[in-house]
Amino acid sequence: MKIDNSLPLEYSTEENSNKILGFWIFLGAEIMLFATLFSAYFTLVDRTGTGPTGAEIFEIAPVLIETILLLTSSFTIGLGIHAMRLGNKKAMLTFFTITLLLGLGFLSFEIFEFVHYVHIGAGLQTSAFTAILLTTLGTHGAHVTFGLFWGLFIILQVKKRGLTPETANKSFIFSLYWHFLDVVWIFIFSFVYLKGMM
Amino acid sequence: MDFFNRFAIPHPSPAIYASMVAIGITVIAVIAGLTYFKKWGYLWREWLTTVDHKRIGIMYLISALLMLFRGGVDAIMMRAQLAVPENKLLDAQHYNEIFTTHGIVMIIFMAMPFIMALMNFVVPLQIGARDVAFPRLNALSFWLFFMGAMLFNISFIIGGSPDAGWTSYFPLAGTEFSESVGSNYYMIAIQIAGIGTLMTGINFITTILKMRAPGMTLMKMPMFTWSSLVTNAIIVFAFPVLTVLLLMGTMDRLFGTHFFTTTNGGMDMLWANFFWVWGHPEVYILILPAFGIYSEVISTFARRNLYGYKSMVGSMVIISLLSFLVWTHHFFTMGQGALTNSIFSITTMAIAVPTGVKLFNWLFTLWKGKIEVTTPMLYALLFIPTFTIGGVTGVMLGMSAADYQYHNTMFLVAHFHMVIIPGVVFAMLAGLTYYWPKMFGFMLNEKIGKWSAWIIAISTLLAFIPMFFSGLDGQARRMYTYSESTGFGPWNMVSFIGAAGLAVGFALIVYNIYYSTRYASRDIAADPWDARSLEWATHTPVPAYNFAILPQVNSSEALWDAKKHGHELFPGKYEKIHMPNNSGVPFIMSCIFFVWGFSFVFSIWIPLILTTIGIFVCMGLRSFEKDHGHYITVDEIKETENNLRGA
Repeated sequence: MKIDNSLPLEYSTEENSNKILGFWIFLGAEIMLFATLFSAYFTLVDRTGTGPTGAEIFEIAPVLIETILLLTSSFTIGLGIHAMRLGNKKAMLTFFTITLLLGLGFLSFEIFEFVHYVHIGAGLQTSAFTAILLTTLGTHGAHVTFGLFWGLFIILQVKKRGLTPETANKSFIFSLYWHFLDVVWIFIFSFVYLKGMM
Repeated sequence: MDFFNRFAIPHPSPAIYASMVAIGITVIAVIAGLTYFKKWGYLWREWLTTVDHKRIGIMYLISALLMLFRGGVDAIMMRAQLAVPENKLLDAQHYNEIFTTHGIVMIIFMAMPFIMALMNFVVPLQIGARDVAFPRLNALSFWLFFMGAMLFNISFIIGGSPDAGWTSYFPLAGTEFSESVGSNYYMIAIQIAGIGTLMTGINFITTILKMRAPGMTLMKMPMFTWSSLVTNAIIVFAFPVLTVLLLMGTMDRLFGTHFFTTTNGGMDMLWANFFWVWGHPEVYILILPAFGIYSEVISTFARRNLYGYKSMVGSMVIISLLSFLVWTHHFFTMGQGALTNSIFSITTMAIAVPTGVKLFNWLFTLWKGKIEVTTPMLYALLFIPTFTIGGVTGVMLGMSAADYQYHNTMFLVAHFHMVIIPGVVFAMLAGLTYYWPKMFGFMLNEKIGKWSAWIIAISTLLAFIPMFFSGLDGQARRMYTYSESTGFGPWNMVSFIGAAGLAVGFALIVYNIYYSTRYASRDIAADPWDARSLEWATHTPVPAYNFAILPQVNSSEALWDAKKHGHELFPGKYEKIHMPNNSGVPFIMSCIFFVWGFSFVFSIWIPLILTTIGIFVCMGLRSFEKDHGHYITVDEIKETENNLRGA
């Protein structure tokens, strides 16, 4: 494999740069996926049937905590990639671990939130609104869950194999994924929660 | 026993029982044959685990031909049922199942893999690459598609076929009106195949953008590669819509949500809208690669550079954008109001403009060309007038006020068959004939090939032109019978004769494959058609690494210009070549997906959970796996090249 040392480690082989471009295209598809969910959400948001409306079930405190956790995790993974570029494996692993812990915290709050919704009678089968709400949030949550396992595997690999073009590439791609989840959450926070509470 | 009752078919008939026996016997025969001839190892090593784009292409091709048979049988049964008034061949329920599976099989499991077959085989060769960007992902794409197709196809013998139309509109497709598991099959089998298609899209965009031979700028790419690039971009942006749609449909059917119901806030029109937000771009996913094939074939056999290269590219890009802006024209009559209908009418009719540009470019390419009418060229020449009939009737349908007359009549059925068959099917048959020598090392018989082209073209007209008239007279689509007093009888009889003619045409193609396999000369040149692009610059059969030395490209007609002006196409000397390793994981993972889908269809939760875990375990193993591929040494390349040159 030809390694080009003038480029960052994660771009240094042809295969690596292909993978990064491929992943950007995948993120394009993911944008369409969430865009579809959002347009379904906006279509069904007022169609609450006999169930509650958003304003009746949303609570600002847990949502705000989730937002802060996820946004911070996006910052820490950025620091992790920065450390990786400097070749500081230990700092990178620390930041990645913090990222995943923050992600885990986010997920715990979200699960708590879901249980709460079901408890107060806003379950999946209640109305079109609750169904699309839980599906949109759930799709994002499933992505975060998937990301936790993926991130864990990458930490293990970096720990064992060190910073090679291959592991650096995987870490970088994972960071793109994680930032993307953050972007989606910003839209969820603004257009699902804040708009719903107004 | 209760557990097994769910697998029974709700609406059995002797034909279905006969199919069960036939499928059982075929499976036993295949297994016995493989065991007797000791071919299991060969099958596993050379095909099931392969990551070679050429072999994956051939597997797509075989799947497409099998599905063409399945969809074709459905078509013949429908036309036979309608051939005479008050026919008792099929009852309403069977007719519903058959038109549903005909549509899905033909679009998703025949036309799509046929396109994927040509794309997989041709695109890396055309851009002078050694494989696609992600070879293993490519294998996974194929196997997911294949397992999705198989899952869909077993529906009619286990649990019952879907019967809500290929569009599967809710609330008809909801549990209230579609009680059997048929629509579950629809949701889940298409989901599995769709994930595979989406990954193909990502793979091919990356391949085309990053792996072109030195010197091949974007505007020097052959037209089929351009059409593939645009098509895959549409795939990447359209298929996630389908993913979400099918997820919501699955939840409505299996988890009791209210997305598309008529109660508790559900909105049935949301399904129709999303379906066509995916469905209309899907139409262009089918037609653009077909246009690409015609561009290759026409410029090769007119012996001229493609006329208007830039406008060809531009029109494809415009079509791809417009394809996302026309979806409402599929349901003008469903009451979204005059303004919305007008806007979508205009965008719809606007598509005729770039399409017209392409047609005129092909005509100008033919103008003053030294036309050689080979079988692929014959398909291309037959395509131009027949497709135009389909195209202009599409503009008629696009006028929303007039559409109230045509909507859901046989006129519409005639229109889309007249664009899809001359557009896509002729192109695929042209591509099949054109690339056959590159794939298999011998040519298909020209005489039989031309006979089948003429028979298929004339039969297409016979089968579908009458529907324009019966449709305007008011014959509704999807009706399993009609009374004699309607006067539809003669039209439908002519249609049936056309359908039978199509069957004869396709049978002739099968015979041609048999005949040519047996008798055709194996002593053919690498470039038997005197063609223009890089896929013809390498040996036949194509070695695993495609090109011993990466080609140096100077124009959009790289091989032609090399032949005419004596460019050095392969400068430099042999170097060792890096190749990806074969892997069984894509196949195994897709098998798990099959069981996953089957458990999901029948709501058998424990295997569903286990297979879900299995899928993630496969992905985890892939993450930890160290796979750096292998090298082909210079000596091996020299040996292969010498052998191929001697042959």
